[in-house]
Amino acid sequence: MLNAALLIALGMVGVALLLAAWRVLRGETLAGRVQALDTLYINSIALIVLFGMYLRTSIYFEAALLIALIGFVSTVAVTKYLLRGAIIK
Amino acid sequence: MPIWVEFLVAVLALLGAAFTLIASIGLVRMRDFYTRLHGPTKASTLGVGSIMLASLLFFTMDTGSLSVHEVLITMFLFLTAPVSAHLLAKAGMHGEETLAPGTRGRPWEQ
Repeated sequence: MLNAALLIALGMVGVALLLAAWRVLRGETLAGRVQALDTLYINSIALIVLFGMYLRTSIYFEAALLIALIGFVSTVAVTKYLLRGAIIK
Repeated sequence: MPIWVEFLVAVLALLGAAFTLIASIGLVRMRDFYTRLHGPTKASTLGVGSIMLASLLFFTMDTGSLSVHEVLITMFLFLTAPVSAHLLAKAGMHGEETLAPGTRGRPWEQ
């Protein structure tokens, strides 16, 4: 029962990833694309954790933590660039 | 693993995945840049939070020792999600994103 529920949850998060990817391709401005990329990072964290539960192993949490850190830093970097013209003064 | 723990883990994982899906549908369907800021915040707090709760229960029951990796990721996301939303809103206002006709509230005109 748990395997079936995890597969359904994986499918739902996969569809959410595809929708966010469509918004990345479609976005009219750079800020819209960065917003969709931020959502992509969060959804990929959820996907990796669910897959780790499906395979009964806990080594995938390191990858999820890395994606959270790097995703946040890249969102901040691109928005700082949009606001100022330079990332670090 | 006791059956009630399996049931609870399954319910929490499905709830988290449903929140993530609803947030992405909101990202696609909203007409404006500023209204699209709503959805991803729900995904990153409620969605990932409940998936992490499911994972915490699952691995605690599986290995017998409390696993705190998930709490770390959840705390990090709780701390950084408002910061990224705020910076995205600022970047949108700076670039003067076009507003859909139905969107109310224009703080830069006050």
